[in-house]
Order: sequence, then C-alpha cells, then structure tokens
Amino acid sequence: MSVTSVEEIKFSNELISFISEWKNQPGNLIMVLHRVQEEFSYIPRAAAKKVSEMLGVSLSKIYGVITFYHYFKLEKPGKHNIQVCMGTACYLKGGEDLIDELENVLGIGVNQVTDDGKFSIEAVRCVGCCGLAPVVVIGGKVFGKLTKKKLPEVLANFED
Amino acid sequence: MENQEMSKLNRDELKAFREDKIDKFAVESNSGKTQIVIGVGTCGVAAGARETEKAFYDEISEQDIAGTTIVSETGCMGLCYSEPTVEVKVPGMPPVIYGDVDEKTAREIVKKHIQEKTVLDSHVFDRPASDIISETEKDTDYKQFRIVLRNCGIIDPEKINEYIARDGYKALERAVFEMTGDDIINELKVSGLRGRGGAGFPTWMKWNFTKQVDNDSKYIVCNADEGDPGAYMDRSTLEGDPHSILEAMTIAGYCINAKKGYIYIRAEYPLAIERLKIAMKQSRELGLLGNNILGSDFSFDIEIRLGAGAFVCGEETALLESIEGERGMPNPRPPFPAVKGVWGDPTIINNVETWASIPVIINKGGEWFSSIGTEDTKGTKVFALTGKIKNSGLVEVPMGTTLREIIYDIGGGIPNGRAFKAVQTGGPSGGVITKEYLDTPIDYKSLQELGSIMGSGGMIVLSEDDCVVDVAKFYLGFTIDESCGKCSPCRVGGRALYNILEKIIKGEGEPEDLDRMRVIGETMQKASLCGLGQTSPNPILSTLRYFEDEYLAHVNDKKCPAKKCKPLITFEVIPDACTGCTLCARKCPVNAISGERKQVHLINQDACIKCGECFTVCNFDAILIK
Repeated sequence: MSVTSVEEIKFSNELISFISEWKNQPGNLIMVLHRVQEEFSYIPRAAAKKVSEMLGVSLSKIYGVITFYHYFKLEKPGKHNIQVCMGTACYLKGGEDLIDELENVLGIGVNQVTDDGKFSIEAVRCVGCCGLAPVVVIGGKVFGKLTKKKLPEVLANFED
Repeated sequence: MENQEMSKLNRDELKAFREDKIDKFAVESNSGKTQIVIGVGTCGVAAGARETEKAFYDEISEQDIAGTTIVSETGCMGLCYSEPTVEVKVPGMPPVIYGDVDEKTAREIVKKHIQEKTVLDSHVFDRPASDIISETEKDTDYKQFRIVLRNCGIIDPEKINEYIARDGYKALERAVFEMTGDDIINELKVSGLRGRGGAGFPTWMKWNFTKQVDNDSKYIVCNADEGDPGAYMDRSTLEGDPHSILEAMTIAGYCINAKKGYIYIRAEYPLAIERLKIAMKQSRELGLLGNNILGSDFSFDIEIRLGAGAFVCGEETALLESIEGERGMPNPRPPFPAVKGVWGDPTIINNVETWASIPVIINKGGEWFSSIGTEDTKGTKVFALTGKIKNSGLVEVPMGTTLREIIYDIGGGIPNGRAFKAVQTGGPSGGVITKEYLDTPIDYKSLQELGSIMGSGGMIVLSEDDCVVDVAKFYLGFTIDESCGKCSPCRVGGRALYNILEKIIKGEGEPEDLDRMRVIGETMQKASLCGLGQTSPNPILSTLRYFEDEYLAHVNDKKCPAKKCKPLITFEVIPDACTGCTLCARKCPVNAISGERKQVHLINQDACIKCGECFTVCNFDAILIK
C-alpha cells in the first residue's frame, strides 16, 4: 500500500448519497465504513481518504476505528471469502480441522488470498448457527455439519 | 398487500385492528385449508429451508392443491438439530412438527400427510412448550416455558398483523394510556426481572435511576451485540419476533420520557437486521413508532446502529463509544449509563432477552411473572444448548430448572455413547460445572456459587473427549484477542495466562504454573477496568477448581487424558488389529507410515505430525491414540 500518494477512487452514487445522508448525524463513522466495505469488500486506503474528506474526520481516526473492529478489512479478500466459524461449538466439533484442510487444499493461510484472487480464508467469531456446527460461510451462504471430506464439494459450488 | 390499512392507528383503531386480525386468523385456521409453516431463521435457511419451501410449492402445484393449502414462514422453532423444521396443520388432524425436512421429505409430507392423512412418524418432533398467549393454563407436560420466545416459530416475523393478533402492542397501548412511568417501574419491580445480558442487575432499578435524572434528553438502547461464542439466543429472538423488541423499547421511552432509541446489533446478523428494518417500517406506518404514537402526545423512534465485530462492545460503556462511532473502549463506572450514557445523556441499556420479556410483564402483570422461577431469580432463561449434545437448540426454561433436566430431558444427553464431562456456561466470562452439580436448580446465585455465571445464555456441553486445558485456552485466546488493551491487568495478564497454557499444552508445564495462573487470574479479576478483563480468567480458574488433576496430568505426566492436545499424544498401530491394508500409509500426508501389503504397519514417530488422518481412515480400529 502506497504511503506517499493515493490514487483517486470512485464512489457509486448510492454510496455518495448514503454518506451525505449520514454526514450530519452524530456518530456516523462506523455506519459509513460499513457502507464503504459493502461496496468494495474491504476499505481501500483511497476510500478511507475520501471518507475522511467527506466527513471531515482525520484519516488517523478512521484508521484507528478500522483496526479496532474485526469486521473491517484493510486488504481485499478473495472473490469468495471463506469464513470458518471458530465459535465454541464449532471449535469443539472440529472448526480448526476445517481451517487446516482449507489451507491444504487452497495452499494459503488464514487471511490470505489465492493467487488467482478467487478464494481467501478467514477465521470468524460465532456466526450463531451452533446447532449446525461446524459451519463455514461463503458469500453469505452457511454450510453446516461440515467435515474435511465434504469441503471440496462445498468449494465446487464456487468454481466460477 | 397485507396492510390495506396503512394509515396510522389510534388506540381504538388498534383494538379494532387486533380483533379483526384475530378473527381473520380464526377464519383462516377454520377455513378448511391446510397450513404449512416453515422455520426460516438463519439456521433453518442454512440447513436448506428455502429448498424445502420450494419443494413444497412444487409438490403442491403438482398435486393441484394450491387452492386449499397455505404455505407461510416463521422464525426459529428452537429445534436447531433438526432443521429445517416445518409445522403442518391439516384440518381435522392435530398439528404436527416435522424435523429434518429436506426436499424429498417435503414432497412426501404433501403426498402422505396432506393427501392421504397419514403422519410420517420418522420425522415427527415434539412441540417444545405450551403457548402462553393462546393457552391460559400452564401445561406441566413441557419442560420448557416460553416467554421470550413466545412468538418464535409461531408468527411470521415479517407480518405485523400476526404480532398484533397475538397481543402485540397491547402492552404499549396499556402503558401509554393507562400507566404512568412509575406504574411501569413498579410493575417491573414486582416482576423481579433482572438483566438477561449476564450481570443480572434488577431491571426496574436501572429504569428508575434513569427516570430520576433530570435531563431533557434521554435514550433507550437495545444491546444486540451478541458476541459470546456459542450463543445465539438474541439472534433467534430478533429474527423470530422483532416487534417485541420495538414494543418494549417504546414502552421504556414512554416510561422515562425518552424520544429516541438505538438498537446496537452485530453486522454479522444480516437476517436479524433485515427483519428489524421491516418491523420498524411497519410500526411507523401504523403509528406505533414515530410521532404521536397511537394518537397520544408521546413520540419515540428507533435507529439501528451496527457493531463491527468487537466482543468488548457488549460491555455497556464500550457499546456507547461504539454507537458514537468511536473505538469501543470501556470507561470506568461510575458514572453509569443510567446517568451518563449516549451523548452524555441518561440512557437505559438492556439486552434483547430482557426487552422481549417486558411486553409480557406489562400484559400479564409483574405478579404473574414473579410466580415463575426461584426465590433469587424470577422468570425464564433462554439457553443456546450446543456442543456435545444430541438435541442442540434453543431452549427456554423457568429459572430453577436443573442442568440435568436441560441436558438430559431436553437435550437428550451426550451423543455416540460418550460420557458427560462438564457443562460450560457464561462463555468466555464463565466457567464449568461438573456432573456432581447437575441437579443444581439454575439461577444467578447458584451458578455463581459454583464458580460459573448465568452469562447471556451459552450452554456448551463437554464430553470426555474434550480437554479442559484446551477449552480454557480457546476461551482465553478469544478474550486476549478481544481485549481492547486499555488497562494492563487485562492486556498483560491475559497474555501471560495464555502463554502458560500454551506451555502446558506443549508438555513444557511446571508444577508451579498452576499457582502462577491462580495469582495472575485473581489479580485480573480485581484490577481490570471492565467486565471483560475481570471475568476473562474465569474459564481457567473454574477448570483449575474442578479439574486440577487434568492440569497435573499435562504438567507432571505429560499426558492429555482427553487425548486432544497433539504434542502430548502419540498414534500407534495395534499389531493384532492391523490387516496391512495400506490405507493409512497412502493417506498419511507426511509419509510417516511404512509397511508392506498384508503386513503390520508402523508409524515413524519422528515424522508423525499427529494429524489423526490414520485414525480417521482406518477401517479396523487398528490405530491407538496414547
């Protein structure tokens, strides 16, 4: 990530109007960052810079908030971000084994992206589907009662 | 579509509206039509409820019975282990709850149950509890008693009509037109309701403090930042019955004269957020939220604020920082949020479960509520029963129910014939309870005396295959990751404890380590700034209290009795059982297994990475874990 110069970034009209709607509301920063991440799948530095200008909040404060919260990402995830639940129930039922297996199959570690940009692995907090543990979430779709063996079948759904 | 009367209602109109809806539902259920109600909470959808729903529609259309069949959706029925769940009501037959309904079973239900009037016995599940809204007598056949989850699995959460027909907004109506703020607080006081977020502070006192502060601007906050791993009570409540939260918050607004409320909810719960948004839109349209509620001069509105994945934001002062868009770092109390909350103004913060109980208390009276539970704790508690348990799911039981009843009668015990080891309550802030104490009636006091806490409601069952040292490390790994770093007892102490646990798990522990952990843990309990740091050593201290021998086995004998800690176990081939099929040798990722076909195989211990693959693939139980 470049430190000295920041390229321009284009916000969609919807994003711009969302920000203007929230601009004068107190405590808007987290809501705005959520919306930015929704658009880019992460928060690019250029976008943070633009938010800083639009809201009149310092970049350092924005960086502080982004890095405090797990949900916000500074790096672009893969096209299909694989979220492996590491809540208690999933942990007890082998969530860690799923991560190991994904690392084997995809050849990347947690928080890394495959070379073709297709997949990334993320270990997440409880997604609240403990009855189906262990679970993996890909693109908002929850896959429950998973085993190492079933993983390739799950990944095959995202071969595009 | 369904709200022809989109205009705002006054009190009488709401009453008429409710009567009309009740009548309509009565007509609907007596219309001779078959009803198929599908559970579409997050778990249900994850288990394939949408595919099941489609299969129902397809089969209904193929059988040409669309005219006499209504398919509708509802929230979580709590039977998570048997998702997707479906309730089928055929006129002239008792309603039946089906579990594990995949597409094939859905089609079978249409053919057999609806067409041929034969119940598919293999998929039938019991109704979890009686219905407190439609049934006046408590049915003692049920272990569960549902106040918080009264509408979950019964109404369609996206239809305000169904909520209203089941006493919805009746409590708000009564509060605004018949009660003063003090009356409401008194009702809460009589009820004995205590905060369900974990700490158990009397709700009426919180409200009363806030009410007594003389300030023009006050706020109401719903804490829906359910960050405790292994707990999803709040998610299910919000997904299954969002209006109950809106109604309760509005009542609190009226009670203390606040104009605005915030629901602080995890961004990780998209379905709950969506349902809340729908519910807020509907209640604004009907004048149940917004200006001049029900034609009175009371105005109140609610806004959603998203969390962003920080467990510490469940702590109320950190939550307030986060609502204000800041890093969620806790502040010392006092001042309490009741005096200085959002934007420095007096604020009531309650969690989802507490809010969901309130309309029932107003409707049925504090006395009714206080008749349920124990001397110490009134009402019910929702638990997310998970881990090594047959029937994992959401259960709501009266306080005073024993752990044995929950784990064995409701939960069905431990699967695969394994032995019960302990139950963990209170998540990263709680502790373990062993089998000697399974008959303890649950309330705030009894759990605390056992060294655990009620917590928000996670209840995780551990079997003999789970290592308590490993579990303690799991929780501590979570809390050190979530520590905000503001105070050193939590920041430094947590890390020091974690390092010791890692050492023990690697087989490098020393006998002195146990006391070291106790000293560090007790210091953290006393000196940390907020609840996160004060409670984060609990999983260690509690496991040390009940399972010291297991720690000692790791430290002295360098053994993990549960055979979970990889550095302390070895995999060996049992010569008498090995047939020399070569499967393990072929599957071993590091080629650590050698042996000719039909010869006993051998594991090279120096090369073995203890992945357990050989154990998993062996068809002859010829691999021994030592």
